[in-house]
Amino acid sequence: MSETKEKMFKGGGFLVEDVSAEDVLTPEDFTDEHEMIAKTTEEYVKNEVWPVSENLENHEFDKSVDLLNKAGELGLLGADVPEEYGGLELDKISSSLITEKMSLAGGFSISHGAHVGIGSLPIVFFGNEDQKQKYLPALATGEKLAAYALTEPGSGSDALGAKTTAKLNEAGTHYILNGEKQWITNSAFADVFVVYAKIDGDKFTAFIVEREFPGVSTGAEEKKMGIKASSTRTLILEDAEVPVENVLGEIGRGHIIAFNILNVGRYKLAIGGVGGAKRAIEVATQYANERKQFNTPISQFRLIQEKLASVATNTYANESAVYRTVGLFEQRLGNLSKEQLNEGNEVAKSIAEYAIECSMNKYMATELLDFAVDEAVQIHGGYGFMQEYEVERMYRDSRINRIFEGTNEINRMIVPGTFMKKAMKGELPLLQKAQGLQEELMTMMPEQVDDEPLEQEFYLLKNAKKIGLLSAGISAQKYGEKLEQEQELLVNIADMAAEIYNMESAILRTQKSIDNVGLDKSEQKLLYTQVYVEEAFNRIEAHAKETLIASDSGDSLRMMLGALRKLTRHDPINVIEKKRQIAASIIDADKYVV
Amino acid sequence: MNIFVLMKKTFDTEEKIQINGGVIEEDGAEFIINPYDEYAIEEAIKIRDDHGGEVTVVTVGNEESEKQLRTALAMGADKAVLINTEDDLEESDQYSTVRILEAYFEDQEVDIILAGNVAIDKASGQVGPRLADKLDIPYVTTITNLEIDGDTANIVRDVEGDEEKIETSLPLLVTCQQGLNEPRYPSLPGIMKAKKKPLEELEIDDLDLDEDDVEAKTETVEVFLPPEKEAGKVLEGETDDQVKELVSLLKSEAKVL
Repeated sequence: MSETKEKMFKGGGFLVEDVSAEDVLTPEDFTDEHEMIAKTTEEYVKNEVWPVSENLENHEFDKSVDLLNKAGELGLLGADVPEEYGGLELDKISSSLITEKMSLAGGFSISHGAHVGIGSLPIVFFGNEDQKQKYLPALATGEKLAAYALTEPGSGSDALGAKTTAKLNEAGTHYILNGEKQWITNSAFADVFVVYAKIDGDKFTAFIVEREFPGVSTGAEEKKMGIKASSTRTLILEDAEVPVENVLGEIGRGHIIAFNILNVGRYKLAIGGVGGAKRAIEVATQYANERKQFNTPISQFRLIQEKLASVATNTYANESAVYRTVGLFEQRLGNLSKEQLNEGNEVAKSIAEYAIECSMNKYMATELLDFAVDEAVQIHGGYGFMQEYEVERMYRDSRINRIFEGTNEINRMIVPGTFMKKAMKGELPLLQKAQGLQEELMTMMPEQVDDEPLEQEFYLLKNAKKIGLLSAGISAQKYGEKLEQEQELLVNIADMAAEIYNMESAILRTQKSIDNVGLDKSEQKLLYTQVYVEEAFNRIEAHAKETLIASDSGDSLRMMLGALRKLTRHDPINVIEKKRQIAASIIDADKYVV
Repeated sequence: MNIFVLMKKTFDTEEKIQINGGVIEEDGAEFIINPYDEYAIEEAIKIRDDHGGEVTVVTVGNEESEKQLRTALAMGADKAVLINTEDDLEESDQYSTVRILEAYFEDQEVDIILAGNVAIDKASGQVGPRLADKLDIPYVTTITNLEIDGDTANIVRDVEGDEEKIETSLPLLVTCQQGLNEPRYPSLPGIMKAKKKPLEELEIDDLDLDEDDVEAKTETVEVFLPPEKEAGKVLEGETDDQVKELVSLLKSEAKVL
């Protein structure tokens, strides 16, 4: 369904190489089939899920099961499952659109996401032939429902510190699992759990555990701040008997599965974040257009407009970045042969390639979502605090996104860490680029920029990459291997990288749109891009300054700050004016528009 | 059974209508299957599932209509026919559409044709009945229930909120009203299968028609938006006074008396 692309892009490569507009996937590239799949998902949510929202919020989980079965009938559970195992084997764009539209369903989207994502994918990617034959057809139709059990009371971010044990029984037929897995989504009704335990206390291994196995039970339903429509319980394993053929992947290699499934989970959460942000803009805009104060619809007030425009601008950048990552996955996984796809290690390698992008998308898009729902509540005023309004639930549901699937802090740590590993392995020429840059900066003069659309944005992007490399390079020089301890600096580097990825994705998407349909029809996109790039660039400058000051001193620091000033010199655009224009289109359309 | 559906694409119901130079601005607008035609498609699929046969969805439109035809195929129709008038017709009306459809149906074996009761854009409700007349088959409009037994059709139609029961025979044309059924949305397997289903594209040439044959009989004099709704007025005082004031306002301001 997607066009095949010849060039393969390295994960993290965006920081050191230039990418052209035709090489990135943008939402404007979706085909009619993609649109239809999105529409079916949206109608499913509106016709099936919304009428029972209240029931789901009240923990009537038999409704969740019915809904998942209905989703199965429509094919909404089988997108990522190969055809030979009863799935639809759609491309990653289709499954991403399902995820995005499913975010309209509130907490139920978490039930759906846990089933099709972290619940089913470990078997899709890492199951052996027998396991796939046995489980996938039922998972693709919803006849059986899945859950994922990694977290324990004592091990959250430190997932490998799990205490659950597995021991082969004397007959050699079963592993006996003991331990508690905490906060397991879908646990009220899931039939199949992917569980991690340590064999003989040290070999971290994944197992497929059925609810019906002896010794498997669940605890009481948790009382949560949000996503109440999804079931969350403890999975209790008391001498649970798991047949040896239910070991998933290799013994002692469970972390490969765990980390790669998390990567996928992360970009899917990011897509959900973008979908949720769009919904937040929609409900806030509709409210602002209806609500009158001082005899004026409040959407006519400029501060309300500013809020809508700011959220929409960030949504555009994140949407561009997230679908760019989807395109990278589609390209890489789409190019694997059937044999390679059946070989867990090949799949793992392909997914791991974009660990940086997945993490960046996760923290950026989930923070976008929190920002969006926060402003949406604010626009609703006191009504936003009342449960009759959808936005109240959205606000509560949003918060967990910054915590699960790796906290945003952990994800930020992953980004510079992975960059360093790739640089050390010679996969990315980061060190060479950074060194070349320091020499270049001594003689560099600010450039003149033309008035052509996006000219300034491309220039700022180029300089942002230099600023990012400079800051990372200087801090690496100063701290060497101890940089790992300087978490504040690592976060700055992670933020700069993510801003750069978002900026570039927005610029390329807008460029592609201008190339394809002309400037007239790309006005809104251009406005979003101009505003995002200007604001992101300023944030990058602040991060860089802080990083340099913490990494250097004396004359050398003064020189670096001088270089930073040269790199940041530009004629700033009138952000306020542009945001008013952005808001005008949103208010007119009653929703997020591009 | 040979089951046909007449389908039209219309503006999305959420779309804002804008007029530019006396024409409705279509640029960037979202189009959907006319909602009443969705009832027709759904009913056609049900008839096929119960009685066997084949559902063919026919539209007179342009290149872009393919999207709505694919949606109909994804819902479960078997074949689609696009009669593309984009290059041949600048202006068309119900006469043009009926003339084209008449030519198309000349070569078809028909048991039943289903259409929407009206299209939500121009809302003439003419195409179905006029086509039936040309094809010399019976027609029943605004149906809310349909049962077919052999050559007999038992129909309930909506008459301004009341029901009328009709028995008639096939071949037959019906137009569908809200309440007839609950149109399904396409499943993902349906969407994937739709890609491989036949979609035939014809031009009026292929139907042995030329532009003069289908020239519109009506002329659009003016296109304008309804006036913006103004704030209402609440009359106060004694009932008698209110009535007097109301009558005088109806005469002087609203000028309806």
